[in-house]
Amino acid sequence: MKSKIWIHLVLIVGAVVMVVPFFWMISTSLKTYVESVQIPPTIMPSDPQFSNYLAVFESADFFLYYINTFLMTAGRTLAQLLLCSMAAYAFARLVFPFKNTIFILILSVLMVPMQVILIPNYALLTEFGWVDTFYALIVPGMFSAFGVFLLRQFFMGIPKELDEAALIDGCSHWGIYWRIILPNAKPALVALAIFTILNSWNDFLWPLVMTNSESMRVLSVGIASFQGQYSTDFPLLMAAAFLSTIPMLIMFIFLQKHLIAGISLGGVRR
Amino acid sequence: MANVATEHRTGTRHTKKKKLHDHRLWAVLFVGPVFLGLFTFYMMPALASFGLAFTFWDGLTAPSFAGLDNIIALFNSDIFMRSLVNTIVFTGVAVPVTVSLATMIAVLLNQRIKGMIIYRTLYFLPVVTMPVAVGMVWLWLYNTEFGLINYVLGIIGLPEPEWLFNPNIALLSVIAVYVWMTVGNSVILILAGLQGVSTTYYEASKIDGASKMDQFFKITLPLITPTLFFVTVTSMITSLQVFDLIFVMIGDTPAIVNPIRTIVYGVYESGFMLSQMGYASAQAFILFLMILLFTIIQFWGQKKWVHYDA
Repeated sequence: MKSKIWIHLVLIVGAVVMVVPFFWMISTSLKTYVESVQIPPTIMPSDPQFSNYLAVFESADFFLYYINTFLMTAGRTLAQLLLCSMAAYAFARLVFPFKNTIFILILSVLMVPMQVILIPNYALLTEFGWVDTFYALIVPGMFSAFGVFLLRQFFMGIPKELDEAALIDGCSHWGIYWRIILPNAKPALVALAIFTILNSWNDFLWPLVMTNSESMRVLSVGIASFQGQYSTDFPLLMAAAFLSTIPMLIMFIFLQKHLIAGISLGGVRR
Repeated sequence: MANVATEHRTGTRHTKKKKLHDHRLWAVLFVGPVFLGLFTFYMMPALASFGLAFTFWDGLTAPSFAGLDNIIALFNSDIFMRSLVNTIVFTGVAVPVTVSLATMIAVLLNQRIKGMIIYRTLYFLPVVTMPVAVGMVWLWLYNTEFGLINYVLGIIGLPEPEWLFNPNIALLSVIAVYVWMTVGNSVILILAGLQGVSTTYYEASKIDGASKMDQFFKITLPLITPTLFFVTVTSMITSLQVFDLIFVMIGDTPAIVNPIRTIVYGVYESGFMLSQMGYASAQAFILFLMILLFTIIQFWGQKKWVHYDA
């Protein structure tokens, strides 16, 4: 019993360290500028300024940043779910020449850090005329070696008897993939979806490099340039930071179970 | 009889061949899109970046051959050497701290205690938060004049360091934020590993009179070494590539020997602020070699401490 109290004590100290920055972000975001630089600081805002959030929308086109981020995230995620699961089906179920070689080639992409491909991609997308368009934000992010690997591993675990029965019923491979494999692979698909959503929403270096006009800005780039502009107005900055991260916090709270199952399944945040 | 048998055999071979043929078309349809995409946007650029490292290129006019000039310039540059050392220090400190902290938290969370889900949620919150936003919040917490941390330290009567402006501790300050941000991810992974450890081991050791400490070091730790290995390798690879936090916390001070700049920051600065694409590619390529080398060392070293046989 006594040892349980100690465990709680240690865990609570850790939890406080985790939560205080969030608390401080929200608390500051509701203060007036004067109150935010007051010494000693107030713990809670004396008169909550919800107008700070309106001010964020007035000083930058945050609404547009939301739309851009949403389109980038949705485009990448839907495409990855479809394209990666198709490839995974082939590697799990079909017999074709050079299957292993192609699979290993795809896996080798996992080793290449993003920064290495950044500059040649910038040149390539310039060539395509895609720089500063949604094509640059979405298309290269539609393909994921990690997604193929994760789904292939999961598909291998689905009993083959299921598709053999379907084959006898005259199903094509597309039919087996669509009607047998996909419905049976929901946990893995949800895991991949959550990873892709999270990484696209929070992505920074890629959109920073591949877009330059204000109308193409996503949230991460938006708040970073916001910081450059209002570097000392911390209530405004904290409101912007909180606004940009709210959707992911909400998603996390609702999809916690899936997210944690997914991490245990897929291994890592990529 | 023999005739029938041959006919039968060729019959199956025929259908098998037909099936194989069918598979080929399906394989092109299923794998084609992803392979084409990965080839265009990942494989080809990775190879191109190797070539670009040996050129001078401003991103607009045609690149010209530079031989080893970029590499030589890098190793003669104080700025790059500083970034290289910073990147190694960053990973060298962040990874052991994250993994050991995460192991401790995961072991505590693995006890049957009330509120486990709440703790897990709270520890994981920073992982889903946008890194740029995390950087901004911590800039504010670290603020020397009005920051919460120094205010609290002042009350307790402790010294109030200039977290990000004191060159001796600036990097450590950023590492602390990074650990704060990523530890939850490792906790979840290690927790999954711990839950795979069969309870019978503990029961047997209890009969033998083993203490909790003995149990942890002699049973738990060896059994989760495969998980710990995985967590170490992946967090090493990601921490070598840290950018968002550095970008936000460094502010607008290009080309200065900044105490918190990393290699990836240098790639961005050279390539996209100073238009030295060849020079930037050389830095990216060195980073890639570093990641490869450290990963190989890890895989080679695992024989000494990872137990797969349980």
